Amino acid sequence: MEQMVTCICCPVGCRMTVTLNESGEFVSVTGNTCARGANYARQECTAPERMITAVIPVSGSPVPLSVKTEKPVPKALIFEIMKEIRALNVPLPVSIGQVVCPNVLNTGVNIIATRGLS
Amino acid sequence: MIFQDKVDLIIVGAGPAGLAAAIAARESGVSSLLVLERENEPGGILRQCIHNGFGLHRFSEELTGPEYAWRDIVRARELDIPILCSTTVLSVSKDRKVSFVSKEAGFRSVQAGAVILAMGCRERPRGSLCTPGTRCAGIYSAGTAQRFVNLEGWMPGKRVVILGSGDIGLIMARRMKLQGAEVLACVEIMPYSSGLNRNIVQCLEDYRIPLYLEHTVTNIVGRDRLEKVTISRVDSNRRPIPGTEKDFDCDTLLLSCGLIPENELTRGIGVELSAATSGAVVTEKLETSVPGIFACGNVLHVHDLVDYVSEESFAAGHAAAAYLKAGAAAASAAPENRIHVTDGPGVRGTVPQLIDPDPEADIRLMFRPSGVFRNSTAVVKSGETILMKKKAMIFTPGEMVSLSLPAARLADVVNGSIELSIERN
Repeated sequence: MEQMVTCICCPVGCRMTVTLNESGEFVSVTGNTCARGANYARQECTAPERMITAVIPVSGSPVPLSVKTEKPVPKALIFEIMKEIRALNVPLPVSIGQVVCPNVLNTGVNIIATRGLS
Repeated sequence: MIFQDKVDLIIVGAGPAGLAAAIAARESGVSSLLVLERENEPGGILRQCIHNGFGLHRFSEELTGPEYAWRDIVRARELDIPILCSTTVLSVSKDRKVSFVSKEAGFRSVQAGAVILAMGCRERPRGSLCTPGTRCAGIYSAGTAQRFVNLEGWMPGKRVVILGSGDIGLIMARRMKLQGAEVLACVEIMPYSSGLNRNIVQCLEDYRIPLYLEHTVTNIVGRDRLEKVTISRVDSNRRPIPGTEKDFDCDTLLLSCGLIPENELTRGIGVELSAATSGAVVTEKLETSVPGIFACGNVLHVHDLVDYVSEESFAAGHAAAAYLKAGAAAASAAPENRIHVTDGPGVRGTVPQLIDPDPEADIRLMFRPSGVFRNSTAVVKSGETILMKKKAMIFTPGEMVSLSLPAARLADVVNGSIELSIERN
């Protein structure tokens, strides 16, 4: 099975073709011009990850709270994690870096505040 | 805050540029300084850029906008830098008298020894795009929508079309989608996006938002609220092709069509501006044509990365401190001896435009390629002499080029001018 990937590592934006076997395991990549690109293509086709950032309303604050996943999470979970984030009820005050949701959906990744609110 | 009639240094703006300039000036020994900020808290545009990807060069980690700003705000507090928020600067005079109105201080006029302009940039508005159709509600610049969602906590609409594929438009496509809206299309008049590949992949492709290249909006329909947007394919002269129309039922149109340095104050001073950058003409010390007035960050030229804004603004802060220490008498080379930096083929908006022939440090030259150039070389020449070269697999308008020209190379400059160009290999 072949999958097309546009590299995001630099402005060249190589169009890479990744070959996977029947069980979805990485076999080879072509079209890349550097090792970083090859690594990215492999990751992107086997276990793609993304950082998620969002804002949530906080009762008593006119300004919403911005939050992020502390580390990248599986891309397939983006909308489920957004649902978890939207359901959060964070009391004031909040400090920057504070964990507002530990281990979201058992990913081992915390959701943390990216600003303070008082 | 106690107000004085005289201050050594006034910095206009407490975004990333103003904060970095203030930190550098303080660290270089400027004891009397004041930062003036229009918003009710420092941080500038970073406050609403809640996505990550900031700080990779400066901090070797990926921060969100508010986190990046917070580091400078903390440092400014440690250095006891006074930042007067909810303050609008009305004018700056040639002899550096700064007039402002402030919630806390009322109207004031303060004499500064030096001024650093760090007002940032603003978005190209609808009026300058000549969009057709009715003037209904639901049309916003992408940055306005970003402010509504990320700082004020409300959604501007439910079904969205985005005109322009600059990074802010792409980032907002993802934001609107994540916060629950439908994003129907991103429409770009050029055959390529001016946004980063990373944003094309992670903001559009991840959410299956179609990107229409070589298309533009040809009709906007709505009585009170936007109801429909029509897009058409354009030909190679960017003229719409009849018969290629496609309609989208939507309630929101976001415009992401470029940024313009905010130089109304600068113009009022009488500072010379560059047509290529829409910012001030500056020397390698980031000093404008008016002695003692400096400019840095997006008000000088629109950057891609905040890391470079900070770097440039640290330099401006140090330069202003040196100016204050030396006194106006010890200013740099006589204007007639300065080297002129000009844009050659493939190059647009080089900063700085003027260089002291005997600079204290290597020169940071920055410019934007005027098109996409593969396998090419950026060349710095004086007459027939090549002062330096930098090869790259690709140069694109979306990525500013930064070169460090060794001070020693200026010895080879002829006729007081150097030219930058991009040449294909």
